[in-house]
Amino acid sequence: MYVAVKGGEAAIANAHALLADRRRGDRSVPGLRLDQIVEQLGLAVDRTMGEGSLYDTELAALALLQARGDLIEAIFLVRAYRTTLPRFGYSQPIDTGAMLIERRISATFKDLPGGQLLGPTFDYTHRLLDASLVGGTVPAPLTRPAEVEAAPRVTDLLGRQGLMEPDGDTDPDAEVGDLTREPLDFPLNRDLRLQALARGDEGFLLALAYSTQRGYGRSHPFVGEIRIGEVDVEFDVPELGFAVNLGRIRVTECQMVNQFKGSAKLAPQFTRGYGLVFGQAERKAMAMSLVDRALRAREFGEDLVAPAQDEEFVIAHCDNVQATGFVEHLKLPHYVDFQAELDMIRRMRAEHEAAELKEAAE
Amino acid sequence: MNAVAQYNFAYLDEQTKRMIRRAILKAIAIPGYQVPFSSREMPMPYGWGTGGVQVTASIIGPDDVLKVIDQGADDTTNAVSIRAFFAKVAQVATTTHTAEATIIQTRHRIPEKKLGAGQILVYQVPIPEPLRFLEPRETETRKMHALEEYGLMHVKLYEDIARHGRIATTYAYPVKVEGRYVMDPSPTPKFDNPKMHMSEALQLFGAGREHRIYAVPPHTQVVSLDFEDHPFAIQHFEQPCALCGAEQVYLDEVILDDQGGHMYVCSDTDNCEERRAAGHVGTLGVAQEAAE
Amino acid sequence: MSQDMSMQEPLLKVDNLTKYYGSRLGCADVSFELWPGEVLAIVGESGSGKTTLLNSLSATLEPTSGQTHYRMRDGAWRNIYDLSEAERRFLVRTDWGFVHQNPADGLRMTVSAGANVGERLMAVGDRHYGHIRETALDWLGRVEIAADRIDDQPRSFSGGMRQRLQIARNLVTGPRLVFMDEPTGGLDVSVQARLLDLLRGLVGELGLAAIVVTHDLAVARLLSHRMMVMKDGHVIEAGLTDRVLDDPREPYTQLLVSSILQV
Repeated sequence: MYVAVKGGEAAIANAHALLADRRRGDRSVPGLRLDQIVEQLGLAVDRTMGEGSLYDTELAALALLQARGDLIEAIFLVRAYRTTLPRFGYSQPIDTGAMLIERRISATFKDLPGGQLLGPTFDYTHRLLDASLVGGTVPAPLTRPAEVEAAPRVTDLLGRQGLMEPDGDTDPDAEVGDLTREPLDFPLNRDLRLQALARGDEGFLLALAYSTQRGYGRSHPFVGEIRIGEVDVEFDVPELGFAVNLGRIRVTECQMVNQFKGSAKLAPQFTRGYGLVFGQAERKAMAMSLVDRALRAREFGEDLVAPAQDEEFVIAHCDNVQATGFVEHLKLPHYVDFQAELDMIRRMRAEHEAAELKEAAE
Repeated sequence: MNAVAQYNFAYLDEQTKRMIRRAILKAIAIPGYQVPFSSREMPMPYGWGTGGVQVTASIIGPDDVLKVIDQGADDTTNAVSIRAFFAKVAQVATTTHTAEATIIQTRHRIPEKKLGAGQILVYQVPIPEPLRFLEPRETETRKMHALEEYGLMHVKLYEDIARHGRIATTYAYPVKVEGRYVMDPSPTPKFDNPKMHMSEALQLFGAGREHRIYAVPPHTQVVSLDFEDHPFAIQHFEQPCALCGAEQVYLDEVILDDQGGHMYVCSDTDNCEERRAAGHVGTLGVAQEAAE
Repeated sequence: MSQDMSMQEPLLKVDNLTKYYGSRLGCADVSFELWPGEVLAIVGESGSGKTTLLNSLSATLEPTSGQTHYRMRDGAWRNIYDLSEAERRFLVRTDWGFVHQNPADGLRMTVSAGANVGERLMAVGDRHYGHIRETALDWLGRVEIAADRIDDQPRSFSGGMRQRLQIARNLVTGPRLVFMDEPTGGLDVSVQARLLDLLRGLVGELGLAAIVVTHDLAVARLLSHRMMVMKDGHVIEAGLTDRVLDDPREPYTQLLVSSILQV
């Protein structure tokens, strides 16, 4: 005999308890500490901060722990937390030119002021799994006193020779958009596009960037410069009348040098693609810069032929929190609408059968 | 680790509530028009009712009584989750009885019981744009609404009739509001469309992921699109609810075994319980002694 | 059927229409009048400015200077560049037609032929399915598309059929002015001939005014009453079609006419 099922509340409570159990795992195994995650899974922490749009390594580590290592779930936790935080205002733009550089490379010049600094990169490692990492000791790195050589930005060097397009022609007094405060309204200006890309899903942007290199909207890119390091964050306090230094954050910046553009009136110049992300996230910054350039196609009168150039397509789908929400919502009960479809399809099939019978009889 | 953030009443900060209320007022002033708003990230995922939750959070007060349903039932997991959320962050009274609620947040159904003045129905909307699957570009659909160019909508209905002999849309059936804007009523079955017309209640629609709010004020014309010679018609169920015997209500199909055995029961669980408590019994129901 | 009561007045008055793309000239100082039921051919090689002119006349492009006045159905003269977007879109859907060179540009490829023809009717408020379908069937017949293709998508049509469908889609609301951009471009010679025949018949029957852009003098000869020859953005010769083709005055026109391969 059928009894209307109740107990959704109990089911949910039990599911949460089971989740907590799985998250902790074998109790004889030591539980993770946040500092272990911050120190030893730093790039996961960085991605969580970057796409979560919140710079706080401990919070990101907690999110990763709570999410059992699922990055998009962790990013979601950070974003949701961000919503609750009071907003004091906007910092001064960070000056990546004054960065405390840990890594700095350029593919466009063999050598340049400030040198090529490899930094802590995976680039030249051999991808051979190394079991000795587990429980092994790592000697302290060699150090030497810093010889701080000025490292001017490659784009500035090119710019001084007039070879690089200027960094945008926006009126310096124009208000910068804020995509967390206003609904996106296509077509977008570059400020909002870059904000969306900065928090956009790394995998999605990577694939789109890859597509531009394979012919879906080519832009002849060169890495002008990638720099990773710490920058100061300064906040203007009107009551004090001067800017207060809030501390330092690590960022990754990528300046792509792209296909030069010119016309009969304007001498040719290289064009830009820009990527900027929290933490050490080179792949993301590079992908972002390629997609940024692709989305500027209209500015340069280029034909829009590729998905990476389609602003609505790229920006509407690059937010993985929105994407996962909608894709996964299909798991929610849809049986009422399904019932409506069942009803329709049964009727149509019945009519179809009746028509066939009628035809057979004739 | 700092102390966890203290949450404002109903979770959203007052600035955000104000912004959403302004959007709601604009929506009420232009029935059926989609008002853009700056949707916030909520503690539940996009697609799980964040639009509805933001609307409810912006209008709810400590004296409100909240009912939350999903597929017409109070006990589906997401309805339970949302109700628990508001109980926690707003400490409002909650109920499963439609008549007692001042705010009803719903996903995919309108309660069978007629709503009255002073009640607010908040719909959870996945895709607010009725033209979206005909025209993917937002820039183009905005123009079509502004210029009242709805020919494409009728093209879709025409195609249905040409292909299937009838209009094949069974849910999220497009309507014209107050003779001006074409609106998506959310994925409610077309069975529920007539309930939106000239309702005494205020109907609010929230789409979080798509950043849109729209509204149908009380006593507003809501007409389902159709052709003169293919008029709009709602679904009909051949049998009444097996538990309470209700007719002219939307029924869920429940599969009983793998031999094709099935039964139909009320989608609106509150309505069904009320009827059973009042002594109505369906063919497969048992007489109830007291309401649960 | 569009019967224009006032045959005394022109339908379109164009005054010094000029379009520059930055510093590059599209077309310059074009002026003419078009009368109801009259077909004007704009002829030239690629780069002559004929497509720019057509797009400017149809308000697809905003010209740099000049005016185009159109006599609306209520008799009022309006400068089409002063129309609001809503008015212009309405005009394009009812009183005008635009036949694109590539029919896919002027059709909804993923929607049935019947819906393609019926869309304009639905856009202006027709809400009777039976009537819309009947009208669509009638028009398919007029453009020689078999009735049993009404529910097929244009994706399954040949190039010539797609073009005929595009024509039906444009004519269903009885427009008084139709713009055509190389209507036979890309079609086989025999298909072209059939299409031109059809167009000539329809234009005559419905009393349509039309502006046809073409590089093919044969198309101009068959369809148009008058023609304009364009070169490097300027109209270098204009007049009755037969006169221009039989007795070209400008050296460039003579060159064009003499270089038609006599097949």
